[in-house]
Amino acid sequence: MIAYASIWTCASWRSGVAEVAPLLSVRDLRVGFRTERGVVRAVDGVSFDLEVGSTLGIVGESGSGKSVTAKTLMNLLPSYADVSGSITFDGRDVRAMARSRERHFWGVEMTMVFQDPMTSLNPVKRIGQQIGECLTVHLGRSRSEARAEALDLLDRVGIPEPAKRLRQYPHELSGGLRQRVVIAMALACGPRLLIADEPTTALDVTVQKHILDLLDDLRRERGMSMILITHDLGVVKGRADDIMVMYGGRTMEQADTATLFGEMRHPYTEALLETIPRIDAPSHSRLVPIPGKPPDPIDVPPGCPFAPRCRACTDACLVDQPALHAHGSTHLCACHAPVGTPEGAAARSTNVAAGRTPAGLDLAVFAGAQDRPGDDASPDVSSRSGGPDDSGPVS
Amino acid sequence: MAGRGTVHLRDLSVYDDVLLRVEHLVQEFPVGRGKVVHAVSDVSLDVRAGETLGIVGESGCGKSTTARALVQLPPPTSGRVLLDPGTDREVDLVGLSGRALRAVRPRLQMIFQDPISSLNPRRTVRDIVGEGPAIWSKSASGPHQQARIDELLVAVGIDPEVAAVRMPHEFSGGQCQRISIARAVVMDPEILICDEPVSALDVSVQAQILNLLEDMKARYGLTLVFISHDLSVVRNVSDRVAVMYLGKLCEVGNADAIYERPAHPYTRVLLASAPEPAPTVDPSDAAIGDEIPSPIDPPSGCRFRTRCPRATELCAAEEPVMQAVPGDDDHFVACHFPSV
Repeated sequence: MIAYASIWTCASWRSGVAEVAPLLSVRDLRVGFRTERGVVRAVDGVSFDLEVGSTLGIVGESGSGKSVTAKTLMNLLPSYADVSGSITFDGRDVRAMARSRERHFWGVEMTMVFQDPMTSLNPVKRIGQQIGECLTVHLGRSRSEARAEALDLLDRVGIPEPAKRLRQYPHELSGGLRQRVVIAMALACGPRLLIADEPTTALDVTVQKHILDLLDDLRRERGMSMILITHDLGVVKGRADDIMVMYGGRTMEQADTATLFGEMRHPYTEALLETIPRIDAPSHSRLVPIPGKPPDPIDVPPGCPFAPRCRACTDACLVDQPALHAHGSTHLCACHAPVGTPEGAAARSTNVAAGRTPAGLDLAVFAGAQDRPGDDASPDVSSRSGGPDDSGPVS
Repeated sequence: MAGRGTVHLRDLSVYDDVLLRVEHLVQEFPVGRGKVVHAVSDVSLDVRAGETLGIVGESGCGKSTTARALVQLPPPTSGRVLLDPGTDREVDLVGLSGRALRAVRPRLQMIFQDPISSLNPRRTVRDIVGEGPAIWSKSASGPHQQARIDELLVAVGIDPEVAAVRMPHEFSGGQCQRISIARAVVMDPEILICDEPVSALDVSVQAQILNLLEDMKARYGLTLVFISHDLSVVRNVSDRVAVMYLGKLCEVGNADAIYERPAHPYTRVLLASAPEPAPTVDPSDAAIGDEIPSPIDPPSGCRFRTRCPRATELCAAEEPVMQAVPGDDDHFVACHFPSV
């Protein structure tokens, strides 16, 4: 949090222009869900700024808190959620708006596109009615005006024969077309921030590329800001200005895209990138696994949430939760032994020498996996067994 | 695309280790009013012992239908599915009676996409893994069977003592997929058919499961048929890759050959559309329409022609036939205008 005062509140760090207030500013956001088993810590102290016209990529696996963060912004959490922290949109307090039940903010200035286009459309209403509804309810358009605008929107998102589509039902469209309809609805009221939560996960690769390109074009054309949530680092690589990597409800690493990929600091970010099969690697390349399983959000152990799965784990990681530290002017990382630092190299060589990490992770699971050149952590173990260590049941 | 023809099948007089051979497989489903979904249309494939065949394509291309037709779930409309082709043990699964089919089924086992819904939620994990041996062996409770179940559970990284008392919902998705693998391999199959086995898993768990499949393949001498929509995953696990589109084969061949020298325009589209496009193709290759034609009324000639940047009148008139790619040993393409 100390680091934020110096870096992220200075909104001008990228452009060099002084005193441009960010469109969206989130500080120390915490979200807990009260359940029978205890409180689920879904988001645990997340902060970020989003400037006008830029894209923030939030990357994480299921359970990392990325979707809950988005739903908190959209005021979509159930009543048993406990939220703390501040959310400021263009100088206004979003959480106060939620309490006053402001109607024309969500869906107008801030909108969201969900993962599954089938479940976010009403199956018994025609496409034209659904798009027109946003326009009549929020902007007070007449039905004929709404129809004309809906036609324009469908055309703009690249739907062929828009007049015919207005009369159709969602089930008559393919997945890609449905997602385009959902995007058209999100754009209907001219939002300033679009949150896209895994917008292409349910779609084929060929369609995925078109949808991501479309979102990028629309953002540029309208000067809109965007939050792109995904589990795939490859998706945000070419499209986000800044990237935030989340794990266990916490921010692990945050930087502009070039810095994140060029000077990766967090072992989790590195592991995420290494574990994905590369399309240009020969067949039967041994993959670098991330052993173990994601943390239990109820019984949160002290220390770093990634420590049990981390190759660079140190004794400190098990007891002391690392804070976000600045590495350079635009780069934050929460790690005691970051990649590419003397501490990180020392932690890895200590663990390799011991054959296991202080958290008890047996480094034999990495046997046979190809390390990237220059990675000094390759354990010299010849057995191929690669025993996974997530053999215990989830509690 | 099209892909008629069988030139890509291995010559049985040269290769004596072809374990599975699919000839002219057709799977059609009636949808009423005389209409028919042409899910798989004249697909021929073969797999040698110890090989991994990857089948890749978009949703609706027929890859899962093909996999299920191999185990006769349901039996295909026409075509042949041969085990041990060309030998005196040759058996055609299509048209086998219930009893005879049952006797052959342990040789082919399957792993499904959703690990949690494919396990019975009301039985312990040990019972789930032990059910196959219990049905097939009179001495199911014998020490030999129990040792085998323990061995498999340990091999996939599940503690046998824990498995004896826990139900599937007490395990994570990755662990449930490990249990599915144990359940399939405990029957000592020759062929393991994996239908999108890692699509429902987080990326951090995906690599664990893929590595485990490679280990199990080596340890138990398995032959794999691996279905996925993820091009990178398919390249990683496969020796040979088949690209499918709308019920037809586009391109078949050695995995590295297909990814290094893609010959079919559709393969190039897939490679260029990946979030991080393959370096062997031009990213502009991805610029095609994203509407797949209906399998009820597929296009004439080459089925890919409606989206293909190179399509001509010839493609509408005549279905291309599978042909060898010049200069490559094991690389075949069904296209009138391949990039070679």
